Amino acid sequence: MTFLLRLTLIAAFILPGFAFAVVPPAVIEKLALGEGEDKIAAVAEVVTAADPDGLVFLQAMMNGEVQVVAEKKQVLIVRDGKAVDAVSGAEVSPLPEGLEDVVLPNRVRGEIQSAMSALKLVSPDRKTRHTAAKSLLEGGVDAGMLTIISKALEKESDAEIKSMLVLVQAQAQLKSSDVAVRLAAVKALGSSNSPSTKTLLIDLLQKNGDDFAEPDANVRAQAQISLEAVQSRLTWGDRAAQVFSGASLGSILLLAALGLAITYGLMGVINMAHGELIMIGAYATYVVQNFFHQHLPDWFNWYPLLAVPAAFIASAVVGMILERSVIRFLYGRPLETLLATWGISLMLIQLVRTVFGAQNVQVENPAWMSGGLEMFSGVVLPFSRIAIIGFSGVVLLLVWLALTRTRLGLFVRGVTQNRAIASCMGINTARIDTWCFGLGSGIAGLAGCALSQIGNVGPDLGQSYIVDSFMVVVLGGVGQLAGTVYAALGLGVVNKILEGWAGAVIAKIIVLVFIIVFIQKRPQGLFALKGRFADA
Amino acid sequence: MSQRRTFIKRISTLAGAIALSGGLGLASTSVLAQNTIKVGVLHSLSGTMAISETVLKDVTLMAIEEINAKGGLLGKKLEPVVVDPASNWPLFAEKGRQLLSQDKVAVTFGCWTSVSRKSVLPVYEELNGLLFYPVQYEGEELSKNVFYTGAAPNQQAIPAVEYLMSKDGGSAKRFVLLGTDYVYPRTTNKILRAFLHSKGITDADIMEEYTPFGHSDYQTIIGKIKKFAGEGKKTAVVSTINGDSNVPFYKELGNQGLKATDVPVVAFSVGEEELRGVDTKPLVGHLAAWNYFMSIKSPANDEFKKKWAAYAKKMKLPNADKPLTNDPMEAAYIGINMWAQAVTKAKTTDVDKVIAAMAGQTFKAPSGIVSTMDPKNHHLHKAVFIGEVKADGQFNVVWKTPGPVKAMPWSPYIPENKGKKDEPDGKTKI
Repeated sequence: MTFLLRLTLIAAFILPGFAFAVVPPAVIEKLALGEGEDKIAAVAEVVTAADPDGLVFLQAMMNGEVQVVAEKKQVLIVRDGKAVDAVSGAEVSPLPEGLEDVVLPNRVRGEIQSAMSALKLVSPDRKTRHTAAKSLLEGGVDAGMLTIISKALEKESDAEIKSMLVLVQAQAQLKSSDVAVRLAAVKALGSSNSPSTKTLLIDLLQKNGDDFAEPDANVRAQAQISLEAVQSRLTWGDRAAQVFSGASLGSILLLAALGLAITYGLMGVINMAHGELIMIGAYATYVVQNFFHQHLPDWFNWYPLLAVPAAFIASAVVGMILERSVIRFLYGRPLETLLATWGISLMLIQLVRTVFGAQNVQVENPAWMSGGLEMFSGVVLPFSRIAIIGFSGVVLLLVWLALTRTRLGLFVRGVTQNRAIASCMGINTARIDTWCFGLGSGIAGLAGCALSQIGNVGPDLGQSYIVDSFMVVVLGGVGQLAGTVYAALGLGVVNKILEGWAGAVIAKIIVLVFIIVFIQKRPQGLFALKGRFADA
Repeated sequence: MSQRRTFIKRISTLAGAIALSGGLGLASTSVLAQNTIKVGVLHSLSGTMAISETVLKDVTLMAIEEINAKGGLLGKKLEPVVVDPASNWPLFAEKGRQLLSQDKVAVTFGCWTSVSRKSVLPVYEELNGLLFYPVQYEGEELSKNVFYTGAAPNQQAIPAVEYLMSKDGGSAKRFVLLGTDYVYPRTTNKILRAFLHSKGITDADIMEEYTPFGHSDYQTIIGKIKKFAGEGKKTAVVSTINGDSNVPFYKELGNQGLKATDVPVVAFSVGEEELRGVDTKPLVGHLAAWNYFMSIKSPANDEFKKKWAAYAKKMKLPNADKPLTNDPMEAAYIGINMWAQAVTKAKTTDVDKVIAAMAGQTFKAPSGIVSTMDPKNHHLHKAVFIGEVKADGQFNVVWKTPGPVKAMPWSPYIPENKGKKDEPDGKTKI
């Protein structure tokens, strides 16, 4: 009967409602008014009592709903402007003078969190138990929680949670006075793949003065074996994370360079304003985001769906205007094109500065892009980066389809291979140039849209990507989409591996030196075009 | 012939007249200039540092407006001269020289990064200008032409690390020193390393890592921190990342789920303003050490916040709907007010006399203490606060010094500093 009552109390906590806690007043007072040490002692008391009511009060503390009037030793739970006395349960209105928040430093917050997880281990809801066990496994446990953990372990029927609880129990038993228990615990921890376990095992093997932290030699030997097992598993996680971050950087480089691969690679225009086309895409995203903020706040999470086409169109239009008004007069004069587009890039930066201000603007991530996917214990892949990798894949596919499977693509290839013959065949080459430049610019806009989700959006955004973009295109080989893809991913992964080894500053230098040397040896890039060309 | 001569004559009279009127025009502007006191504002309004420095320009202009509303100084109004050095360090020196020799400003309020301060310093010493520098910095410098209203290392970095090592701060035993690659983080980390050595922490337990300005991909670094933290005792991160790199850094920190209860990050250049564009819910509990937080409860702070909100609204500043104040803004505000007091006391804007009058000035600071300018070392006595990030982007003060602390620009943890007096001796020591 009591068990049922407790279940309902826990349910009451899980359901959003104004549950009221009946914790012993002395404990409440210590929790809310005590110093750090008192608070931690009181938290331990709540855990030892395994009191579900305590959970409700602790949750209120974590939510910042517990407020106190220090002089009167009054503890209130304030929610939505209504206050309830935490001891008597009576409603208090109006709010008394001198009400203060209860400040929880990290240490206390950590204790409360693990205490709450321990209390939640007996929850009827599988998901709650699962999260609780996981957070205990990663956040660490106190020996004082052993009773509640053992109790939970007895009742647990789910195999996955049970295996986690065994590890949690083992962690709590490391400080046991019984050598056999410790040995078993250390042995059990060998199957863990959490970084916190590694820390615990390393601690056991450390020396405190002359004595080892773990007095028994057998346990130490076992700890060494377990440690190696855990470590080898964690190393794999590390490698996976490194490859992922390389792929993520590669996908960003690919997006930034793909547009350039068309305008520079296929058309031969050295477009120094390419970075600014990326920046325009990012600002277009910002404008769409603001529009959703103001007019469609309920749909805010879906603003990227509209931001993607908006960024594409904005940059494509600017690119086409550039091509019509300036660049088409400079075809075949690379030096002039370089200077003219560089000037245009400065003008575009200044234009954006005048319209949006010189400061960075804030592009918020939609909610589904924050947080990450835990692939492996301790290895988290952020959703925003996963989304960008996927996005760049889709863009690549669309560009490839556009160039190889559409009429426009056919014309573009025709014009780049032999302008005179294409023109004789009745292709309006000038118009194709404009469309092709628009396509390249639009893809730059898409890159801007993606970059706005992970980096800063400011007028100088393009400047930091122009060098990288040219690097990728030149390394990959001018006029080749496949080369661009390989170069982007290759540079991404190499950069990340170097960064892990030598630091961000040195890594950047090494990559630049490598590219300079490479271009000396192989000016045509990784992949050279073969065949006959009009201007080759 | 004569016709031609008259023509030339006419031309020359005309030119003379133009020159004369031009001269008159110049004379009239200089008469006008004597009715105002020119005040230079040298903050980056574009580039990577604009995220931090733009509000400093605004708060300086607010203080100037306030002083003018009270009738100005010495019967004259203050006239701000705002220039934008665009986060470009050599441009700082150029703009500083322009302020001093062309605009003839009486005083300059400016700079955030130490590299920009080091860039203008020779100019201000050469032309005997006066610079108020409002940001915490690495120390190891003392110029007679500069007043440092931000914190020296012993007023921010050292107490913060001491806190991390204390029981309440989580008894950290291993440290990651993470910063942007320039003079402030490098020097601060040198001091911190020496300090940690003095506390018995070995090099094996310290990891130092730098990124370029404007770096935006923190995946590898966060991965490295996680790995380092997994290799032993309780780890804490000391971040001296500056400028807009902080936004991607904290976003990545949140996304990768590195919680403050596991590995706390204490930042020295991140305040309310830098966290504006970041979702702070996953960051709750990460720390910052400053001499002021917007959340500090004091009547002076309430007034400061009210004034700032009203000013932001009036000037239609971006983000006026959510006005934020932070430590360097407070330091800038104290600086300009102290300068005004010193000018009133000296009854002149002459640099040397104002410097003499600055000694011992006091001001009721928004942080709730009475800020005093040290009689000798050009630094303020400041109280140190350590705050934890809350879900709404504000900071909860979890620790503070009992009272103001005197600045030690020459850190005692650096052996070469032995015997250096903490007052300017007229010679540059860069």
